[in-house]
Amino acid sequence: MPKLTVDGIEVEVAPGATVLQACEEAGKEIPRFCYHERLSIAGNCRMCLVEMERAPKPVASCAMPAADGMVIKTDSDLVKKARNGVMEFLLINHPLDCPICDQGGECDLQDQAMAYGFDSSRYDEVKRSVKDKELGPIVKTIMTRCIHCTRCVRFSEEVAGVPTMGAVYRGEETEVGPYIEASINSELSGNLVDLCPVGALTSKPYAFTARSWELKKTDSIDVMDAVGSNIRIDARGPEVMRVLPRLNEDVNEEWISDKTRYAIDGLKRQRLDRPYVRVDGKLKAASWDEAFAAIQAKLSGLSGKKIAAIVGDTVDCESMTALKDLMGKLGSPHIDCRQDGAKIGTEARGSYIFNTTIAGIEEADACLIIGANLRKEAPIINSRLRKRWKQTAGAFKVAMIGESWDPTFKHDYLGAGPETLKDVLDGKNAFAKVLEAAQKPMIIIGMGGLAREDGDAVLATARAIADKFGMVVGEWNGFNVLHSAAARVGGLDLGLVPGKGGLATQEILDAAAKGKIEAVYLLAADEIDMSKLEKAFVIYQGCMGDAGAQAADVILPGAAYTEKNGTYVNTEGRVQQGWRAVFPVGEAKEDWAILRALSAVLGQTLPYDTLDDVRTRMIAINDVFAGLNVTRKAEWSDFGVAGDMKPEGFVSAVRNFYMTDPISRASVTMAKCTEAFVSGTAEGKVA
Amino acid sequence: MSFIDRTARSFLLAELVSGMWLTFRYMFKPKVTLNYPYEKGPLSPRFRGEHALRRYPNGEERCIACKLCEAICPAQAITIEVEPRTDGSRRTTRYDIDMTKCIYCGFCEEACPVDAIVEGPNFEFATENREELLYDKDKLLANGERWEAELAARLEADAPYR
Repeated sequence: MPKLTVDGIEVEVAPGATVLQACEEAGKEIPRFCYHERLSIAGNCRMCLVEMERAPKPVASCAMPAADGMVIKTDSDLVKKARNGVMEFLLINHPLDCPICDQGGECDLQDQAMAYGFDSSRYDEVKRSVKDKELGPIVKTIMTRCIHCTRCVRFSEEVAGVPTMGAVYRGEETEVGPYIEASINSELSGNLVDLCPVGALTSKPYAFTARSWELKKTDSIDVMDAVGSNIRIDARGPEVMRVLPRLNEDVNEEWISDKTRYAIDGLKRQRLDRPYVRVDGKLKAASWDEAFAAIQAKLSGLSGKKIAAIVGDTVDCESMTALKDLMGKLGSPHIDCRQDGAKIGTEARGSYIFNTTIAGIEEADACLIIGANLRKEAPIINSRLRKRWKQTAGAFKVAMIGESWDPTFKHDYLGAGPETLKDVLDGKNAFAKVLEAAQKPMIIIGMGGLAREDGDAVLATARAIADKFGMVVGEWNGFNVLHSAAARVGGLDLGLVPGKGGLATQEILDAAAKGKIEAVYLLAADEIDMSKLEKAFVIYQGCMGDAGAQAADVILPGAAYTEKNGTYVNTEGRVQQGWRAVFPVGEAKEDWAILRALSAVLGQTLPYDTLDDVRTRMIAINDVFAGLNVTRKAEWSDFGVAGDMKPEGFVSAVRNFYMTDPISRASVTMAKCTEAFVSGTAEGKVA
Repeated sequence: MSFIDRTARSFLLAELVSGMWLTFRYMFKPKVTLNYPYEKGPLSPRFRGEHALRRYPNGEERCIACKLCEAICPAQAITIEVEPRTDGSRRTTRYDIDMTKCIYCGFCEEACPVDAIVEGPNFEFATENREELLYDKDKLLANGERWEAELAARLEADAPYR
């Protein structure tokens, strides 16, 4: 543990720490452009210069390892002069276009120029100008502003795993950009915009639309995938302008996927902003009272056995609680939160969560992925796997069964389907030896493995593999289920599965087609076969006019995730809460309140009037909801039903990463991304 | 004595006469009033009157939608909305000034990096109803065209002191 003195303050830092980290430990702020905690050290901006005793010149603190007995000065005249000089050099070629730059107001260079810059320029010669690069529909470039910190180069190489960016030419002619003129084909490319300390890389969809100082910032949780990324929603008046990541070391670190970041423009299109009732085969705008009356007319006198409910993928836990209680009061056992028909039950929590936790991946030493394409289903988790692989310099062995896809790091492809899975279990596959030798092996099973008829058997086989290779030992639990729906774990925790004699999603649809189920309540459920609901009376509650709304007889407009206070449980079983950033559009209301109001009309009033009451009820149903932002260890009990598996290969649950739910399907940016990255590929033809 | 003095002055109408004398004297002095609106007083180049949005000599509008005027406006009288124009440049789609809110402090002019929004010499823009005082971009640009010669002259006159 090296001990050093920073401005007279003695600090002790971990071995291998840099002088810059030691200075931060001492509470001294060091200006920097190229240094970033999560990227390798480049040491090329020279802004972090500090004075070190017995050194002839100022040293770059970010690249200097802290050593015992160092005496550092961060605010001497020499340091100030050195930083002023560096700043002047940086500003030589930086254009004075802050007023039209989207980074203006939140720019590192702007802020630090206020502290270290001169008030006027001594440079009279011609400034350099650089041709802009085309990086696709997400990142806009104005390369003249680039200060060559190479953060983007290091990010794409180290974190995203697409080494397309680089710096070409030398000295004055240096240009940062893709080696070959091509879009950055990564699900994490939006993070380049956050990383860029100046306005060289900015967000294309957000271009020129707002300034940082006019935005209201609200903490929230993402619902585009089951990772539950922590996000900050920036809104201007009634409009959501952008989504940024929020730091959470346990979940998303400081990255978010492009879908999380850019699908929000879907919230401006195809919204349900008022209730509708189907009259003579056509949907007609109605008032809330008329819509409720239409539902009451249908449901009154109808036996609970003839009513069913299906829950969608982006629903918050509060409205699921209200729906569950309402269906209970109506006497219906037919309720299901598994739209895709995944064979996961509620009997053991360990059977449906990501037990290792996302941060826990950094302890694992081998990983078997079954029926999941992590780059499409959870890019943030894939980046954690990549991080682990880099940490261990490739000793972290990853193998996959199912579709073959590129996880951006070295891996073994074992096979397409259950056959291979069995081989691994029986020790016939070479990867079995890797799992056997591993101290902390883990298995990730995706919806591609579970959302099929033999899902039970696949789950049982996966469990058998976990047991056989010692994946669940002491504190370590290497059995992980990767969900693709943000609402799924919450729904299972709340018990939104068929009750006694109840029907699951597919059975509900079949029964509705035969006329045995007469009314179906769709809570933002759009990913089911609507043609089977033609005979039934369909109530659709949600925020987007997608498949469900088209099939509906009554539409109740709900709030999008940016428009309500909601609780979400991510794939790890971590309970997180998001806040309302803007108000719902038009006459739309918060979803739990709609169900509460409907229950009163139906004469089955639910016993809660406030959001706090609903949350108290949630804790009464399952006490995991009492612990926010933490993961709880799940017991390792029996689950899965052993049986024969079908020979078909596993197919990933997500075909097109950019369009998975009604919001992203309505998004213009996501459509552009689909055109740029998916159309023309093999997946594009299937999707 | 003072009683006799006061009575004498009163009977001789002394106050009235001295008042008339003052009036009479002013008849021969130069006039200080102006025959407004036919005559107007001189205005400083820094006078802050009605707003205008200027254009470059080639006709391109100066405003680049940086929103600094909106940010600095202490009365929050300015509303701006922005979109990339078809040629990719940054332009306003909406530039409104609520002249009933404006306090004519001139901060918008100070904040503008391209001398687009200026307060001109015009102070005669009274209207018959309130709505006419809610200026939009067209009105402000029209003001700019109408006053451009004077606006440019006054900016030039003030330039050495900036």
